[in-house]
Amino acid sequence: MATGTDPQATTSTDREAPPGGVHGPSRAAIPSRHLRTDRWWLAPAATAAGLLAFIVYSTWRAFAGDDYYAEPYVSPFYSPCIAQNCVPMKGGANWEIFGAWWGLSPALLILIFPLGFRLTCYYYRKAYYRGFWASPPACAVAEPRSRYTGETRFPLILQNLHRYFFYFALIVAGILSYDTVLGFRDEHGRWGHMGLGTLILLVNITLIWAYTLSCHSCRHIVGGRLKHFSRHPVRYRLWEGVSRLNARHAQLAWASLISVAVADFYVYLLASGAFDDPRFF
Amino acid sequence: MSAYEARFRVWRGDVDGGGLKDFQVEVHDGEVVLDIVHRLQATQAPDLAVRWNCKAGKCGSCSAEINGRPRLMCMTRMSVFEQDETITITPLRAFPVVRDLVTDVSFNYAKAREVPSFVPPADLKPGEYRMRQEDVGRSQEFRKCIECFLCQDTCHVLRDFEQNKEAFAGPRFLMRVAELDMHPLDAAADSGIDRKRGAQEDHGLGYCNITKCCTDVCPEQIRITDNALIPLKERAVDRKYDPLVWLGNKIRRRDG
Amino acid sequence: MTQVERQAWDVVVVGAGGAGLRAAIEAREQGMRCAVICKSLFGKAHTVMAEGGIAASMGNVNEGDNWQVHFRDTMRGGKFLNHWRMAELHAQEAPDRVWELETWGALFDRTADGRISQRNFGGHEYPRLAHVGDRTGLELIRTLQQKIVSLQQEDKAETGDYESRLKVFQECTVTRILKDGERVCGVFGYERESGRFFAIDAPAVVLATGGIGKSFKVTSNSWEYTGDGHALALLAGAPLINMEFVQFHPTGMVWPPSVKGILVTESVRGDGGVLRNSEGKRFMFDYIPDVFKEKYAQSEDEGDRWYEDPDHNRRPPELLPRDEVARAINAEVKAGRGSPHGGVFLDVSTRMSAEVIKRRLPSMHHQFKELADVDITAEPMEVGPTCHYVMGGVDVDPDTAAATGVPGLFAAGEVAGGMHGSNRLGGNSLSDLLVFGRRAGLYAAKYAQDSARSGPRAAPDEAQLDLAAAEALRPFSAEGGAASGSAAPAENPYTLHQELQQAMNDLVGIIRKAGEMEEALHRLSGLRTRARRAGVEGHRQFNPGWHLAIDLRNMLLVSECVARAALERSESRGGHTRDDYPQMDREWRRVNLVCRLSDPSGGLAAPDAGHGQIRLDRREMPPIRPDLLGLFEKDELMKYLTDEELTQ
Repeated sequence: MATGTDPQATTSTDREAPPGGVHGPSRAAIPSRHLRTDRWWLAPAATAAGLLAFIVYSTWRAFAGDDYYAEPYVSPFYSPCIAQNCVPMKGGANWEIFGAWWGLSPALLILIFPLGFRLTCYYYRKAYYRGFWASPPACAVAEPRSRYTGETRFPLILQNLHRYFFYFALIVAGILSYDTVLGFRDEHGRWGHMGLGTLILLVNITLIWAYTLSCHSCRHIVGGRLKHFSRHPVRYRLWEGVSRLNARHAQLAWASLISVAVADFYVYLLASGAFDDPRFF
Repeated sequence: MSAYEARFRVWRGDVDGGGLKDFQVEVHDGEVVLDIVHRLQATQAPDLAVRWNCKAGKCGSCSAEINGRPRLMCMTRMSVFEQDETITITPLRAFPVVRDLVTDVSFNYAKAREVPSFVPPADLKPGEYRMRQEDVGRSQEFRKCIECFLCQDTCHVLRDFEQNKEAFAGPRFLMRVAELDMHPLDAAADSGIDRKRGAQEDHGLGYCNITKCCTDVCPEQIRITDNALIPLKERAVDRKYDPLVWLGNKIRRRDG
Repeated sequence: MTQVERQAWDVVVVGAGGAGLRAAIEAREQGMRCAVICKSLFGKAHTVMAEGGIAASMGNVNEGDNWQVHFRDTMRGGKFLNHWRMAELHAQEAPDRVWELETWGALFDRTADGRISQRNFGGHEYPRLAHVGDRTGLELIRTLQQKIVSLQQEDKAETGDYESRLKVFQECTVTRILKDGERVCGVFGYERESGRFFAIDAPAVVLATGGIGKSFKVTSNSWEYTGDGHALALLAGAPLINMEFVQFHPTGMVWPPSVKGILVTESVRGDGGVLRNSEGKRFMFDYIPDVFKEKYAQSEDEGDRWYEDPDHNRRPPELLPRDEVARAINAEVKAGRGSPHGGVFLDVSTRMSAEVIKRRLPSMHHQFKELADVDITAEPMEVGPTCHYVMGGVDVDPDTAAATGVPGLFAAGEVAGGMHGSNRLGGNSLSDLLVFGRRAGLYAAKYAQDSARSGPRAAPDEAQLDLAAAEALRPFSAEGGAASGSAAPAENPYTLHQELQQAMNDLVGIIRKAGEMEEALHRLSGLRTRARRAGVEGHRQFNPGWHLAIDLRNMLLVSECVARAALERSESRGGHTRDDYPQMDREWRRVNLVCRLSDPSGGLAAPDAGHGQIRLDRREMPPIRPDLLGLFEKDELMKYLTDEELTQ
């Protein structure tokens, strides 16, 4: 009898079988790639549009190499600034690790890290796999390709490096926090100042920290990897906290992406002289 | 609201072919899609094949695709549809069709057997098990699974690529690996089973690209991706890609 | 001759719920090759619907608990009609069966010190139910399923084949038990998917098919509960007992109509839910019967205090045994104090915070939200009685679970009778499955071993297979066929089923009267005649109409048992309430009503289908062992036992 719990002959797990997904020979004969009646394309389209907008903007700003410092504010795209061609920043994260031979925008040296962090982030992966790769375009909508190896091979196996980018992201977030503190000085370096720029940097760094700490790797490291929470009460608490943040990882990813762009654009407006920083005190 | 006539399109056929058949059927207040399918059976199509059992979202038998979305028929209320909408019901499209709305889900039972079972600790007798609530909470979430296989159905790795079925266990059974790996008393490691490594090497964890459709369709609202698959990926990273953790484990040899 | 695929196994288990899987595990561990046959997919059995927990006197929450207390509660709940030996074994072995589940990977909710947490339930003196939220049945079935997989993995390592010693034949229906003379020699059935027939030769068959709820209109039971095991046993010559006792769970959903009957777990009340009528009154205080007067709170204040301080207060009457609560709800609705959809209100929102409700009753919260659009954290549920469980079943030996009179036949779980007497306590069913599932598997394996030693195994003769096949195929040739015996048109099996459910629900339901039950028997005979003409369209491949037509035979047999036994028992007791005999009668306590097939040849081809198929006998209960009687106060025993029994 063929009624056991073993796959029957019709279940083709044979590698030689012709691929065909939902149109394979054993599946229910339905010509459409999907039968969804809702606007399933909206979410991936909006995601793709949002990411594209950011890519265009950040590419322009990263290559510009200009208008990124307006005392006391530094654009988060350019901090830390580690090339000789950086604009001097009073007391800022401005270390000339790279010599004069670096002629391109200093942002390119540092943006690799946040870029890598976000590129390998579990949320962004979902967003761009769906939005750009259509892998899948939406749930229960057939993929437009016949082979798929996921993250088992180069280059996508490198997604496993997310954790290292997380370690770097902690450093970057630390430096941006330092930048934010420096935002409480006025243009002469005296403390006790606060302008709209300070507020924008403050919001930005809060969102950056929230996004960074809500990361799945962070959740794993602080406690997720434990087998017995009860033997590590402090880490369990931390894990619970990170888990709560982690539930909002996607929203934080977008919020911090937007806040970074806004912070950079604000500094650009000040540095290019298009706008004066309103002061609170 | 009182009774109205609804239009349905139901896939009928078998592995040799078939298609969507139109039906007009009465719908009453408070009914779910499965009620309508039963009414079709009782009045218009007595041999319409469908699986169902508990009718309360607890057994996971009546999985199908309604308007293209994998769902339990017993938990899909008719009130979520417009009265003039044509409602399409098809069998799960990731598995071989048997007849009408019934598919051959034996793939899942085969995969279930490939996950090494719980290994009881050698030094504890029945009745001596002590586990804290906070230590069992994570695995308990995964044990809410009713094995409706909607996650397996919607997962594009299985649905769109028949050839991946051999290498990839699917969200349900990766979640089972996670459940056992997080079980506070599982002694698999003592018997030489490395579940973290197994997830990646034997069950195809790397195929998962965490696009979260499994979580979206789960009728038990288990957060499969965030709580099982990603933690499992991170655990595999511990084993294979993080030399710091590897070194730490070598030196201290301790099991959190 | 019919084309029938044949296989040989040592033990066949019919049913893959808690009892069936536990029996299979035991038989396999005893070294026997064991086949499990189930109508649904593996792991979908009705056991998943059990919500509250597994009753076992582990004493983790209250140290005062022990098996004697559990035994006492069980006997009280069953109004002393339980087979005392089954109740004793059950209470003694339940803790071991629960602990054993942990070694197979089960994860129960925990106490603060890391042991298995236990919750309160109706009729149980102490917190006793091991549970996982309100999805304990799912945990049980999954654990047993995974234990079977683990045994199969061992077999694979040893023999190269997962299914060499333990195989699940899913989506198959057994229609006949095959016999060699008096002895069992196998089963006959069909694959639901293909419609093909099969026969399995086996010296031992364990019935674990569950209950009969699908014969009633409002029921918490799934389609599988068509009384298959009850009917198979009857047809094989084994008697059924206590069939008049059908438990109506007090709290089923009443609205919307499509989910009417679906269970609302007793844990809702165990955790603090209160019942109110349309006037807002906690009416259960008016319905505490005399036998329970000393055990339950007399005021709302006392009942409320009990949740925090159970040692100095008595429990609220919402936690009376199920039969009492069901009758009370029924009476309130009849008196015009029901809710808009014909139930009463069950409210947890007043006592527990939304967060606690979601944590402790997650599936109830989900079920009402999804199916009825009711948020139980903010509003009351509407509930009413629903057919839930049959206490009656195959008459078995308490120790071995062997069916009376048919060597090689065993029964465990809901399909077996005797354990729960006239009314089952919540939580006792899951422990029943485990305790007697194991025993059935153990003794079936022993029986199979012995029979292997005593000579070559018997195989069913071809004639039996042909008869069984012809019986199963009759619905395809119903119209104008020889079998119908008339030119009447074929009957729609769905219509017949609906009429059967309506008749049983209205006439042999929660409150019974002699005239109504006579009417029910009359209607049943009409349905039986018409069922012979039940015809189906299409072919044999996964044809639900055909499946139902075959199952109708079982439902009709079992319904007749219920109606005949209920008409005979002229008293009210547990799950049997007579409007015309409202009192419990101590004389009746000593009597089991035994149902047998009136045509002992097992044939259903009696020329007059309208004539009853069931013969009813009275049988005296075995006296309760004195040391067990000693666990009760004399005053209490006097309510149940006759003076004659007490002086013995």
